[in-house]
Amino acid sequence: MKASMTLETNRKVPFWKVFIDNVIHLPWTWRITIAYLTFMLLMPITALFLKASTLPTAEFWEIATSPLALATYNVTFITAILAALLNGVFGTLIAWVLVRYDFPLKKIFDATVDLPFALPTAVAGLTLATVYSENGWIGSFLAPLGIKLSFTRAGVWVAMIFISLPFVIRTVEPVLQEMEHDVEEAAWSLGASQWETFWKVILPPLFPTILTGVALGFSRAVGEYGSIVIISSNTPFQDLIAPVLIFQRLEQYDYAGATVIGVVLLLISLVLLLGINFLQAWSRRYDNR
Amino acid sequence: MTTDNKLKKNHPQKANWVPGVLIAIAVSYLALVQYIPAINVFFQAFRKGIIPFFANLSTPQFLHAAWLTLLLAAITLPINTVFGLCAAWAITRHKFPGRAIVISIIDLPFSISPVVAGLMLVLVYGKRGWFGGFLEATDLQIIFGFPGMLLATSFVSMPFVAREVIPVLEEFGKDQEEAARTLGANEWQIFWRVTLPSVRWGLLYGLILTNARTMGEFGAISVVSGNIIGKTQTLPLFVEDAYKQYETEAAFSAAVLLALLAVVTLVLKEILERKTHIQDVE
Repeated sequence: MKASMTLETNRKVPFWKVFIDNVIHLPWTWRITIAYLTFMLLMPITALFLKASTLPTAEFWEIATSPLALATYNVTFITAILAALLNGVFGTLIAWVLVRYDFPLKKIFDATVDLPFALPTAVAGLTLATVYSENGWIGSFLAPLGIKLSFTRAGVWVAMIFISLPFVIRTVEPVLQEMEHDVEEAAWSLGASQWETFWKVILPPLFPTILTGVALGFSRAVGEYGSIVIISSNTPFQDLIAPVLIFQRLEQYDYAGATVIGVVLLLISLVLLLGINFLQAWSRRYDNR
Repeated sequence: MTTDNKLKKNHPQKANWVPGVLIAIAVSYLALVQYIPAINVFFQAFRKGIIPFFANLSTPQFLHAAWLTLLLAAITLPINTVFGLCAAWAITRHKFPGRAIVISIIDLPFSISPVVAGLMLVLVYGKRGWFGGFLEATDLQIIFGFPGMLLATSFVSMPFVAREVIPVLEEFGKDQEEAARTLGANEWQIFWRVTLPSVRWGLLYGLILTNARTMGEFGAISVVSGNIIGKTQTLPLFVEDAYKQYETEAAFSAAVLLALLAVVTLVLKEILERKTHIQDVE
């Protein structure tokens, strides 16, 4: 009944009047939602952009592209993409194993995949730094080979691998579950080998999903702070990441410096969010067929 | 198992070693990245026995950090429950253009770096921020104080409830609510007697995730708290601080508690996932 009424009013009064009328007569659930989002999200984001806009463009650009800032983007983004790509391969493999095979303790194996979501990042950083240090459980095997992980850029990479792994697995898993066996079996009966079947039949429709998982993991790794600040030595031009640079700038009361790097990071996360939404729409294309 | 057998029957020449190798690779990768580090937390904490462990856990700094962490969770949870339920209800019960955008906006805190979140709060409530003058005049301290930490935790854990409740509400549909309405129930009664019971498992799931994130949050809190020992230090900050002071055992003792929180979270998550799944099937 309500819907038909709005339709009628739609025809008679102009659109903007209906809009304003709707805004005034919002249900209280909407009021709370909008108020909370404005207070918690919109206001802080506006503050960040307003603060950035008080800087002259030239100065903004100078801070955003200073050698130190560029070095932190390099460490943050290149390392995050390397971590996300590695997880793209192994995450897909783990999802495949979880969906297609049965083995003892599989339930526990499945449940513990989410550990990085539940384990506080400070604890993750602490234990990863210990395990991968020169006299740690894993690091002591790598030290004779000349591989040093903790307190280097490779350590940052390890922390990023840890926190972004579940994103790939949990994105790929449900899609793999829904995939029909028929097509694979058809490919086999036509004489395709296992490898060909995987490469030509399973991977193409799965690819957008894997990419979504990789993008989600990448986006999380770019913003990560807690575990990395502990496992890296935070040395400029070596393993200093952008979020830590923001933190250091704030500690020195350099609000302009912190704001500029903050805006760069925020804009990149917004672009990533858009990209992820696009990827998800792309992977859903296969559902309707 | 059944699918595997079926495949084997169809394809006798299919290599048998493939599943074994793939499972081995998967387990090794997870072991290197997750299991060995996780076991290491417990090993390091109890390396010198139970007594030093409890000695580490009875220092005033630790007790205050634990108390503060619990307090933050106790306040953040109800606030985000109210917001999450309202947002989920508003989004699923009204059809409007741009719905996907609103859901993306609610999800935003997940894609914003916690440090950037903390920075934004400093720019609003800090000494030189928007309300800096006003806050100083009224002698209110938000940054470097409990209110700022509360804002930071609420920010980073904001989307969890809405995100878990939205799909349940969508699945559940409006029919029962409308039936209750025609029978003369008012909105409150519908909410308490019809909507809330139907989303209870999803809501609980969202709350568990909110709680884990709230208690474990590090980045945003370390920006806004100033990390004053015995005053604005939560458990994750305590872990980092102790580690930096080379008190590794104290760091790992506190880390064990947070790791146990993670274990409880995973177990409850598993149970609730099953519950919500069963409901879906019905």
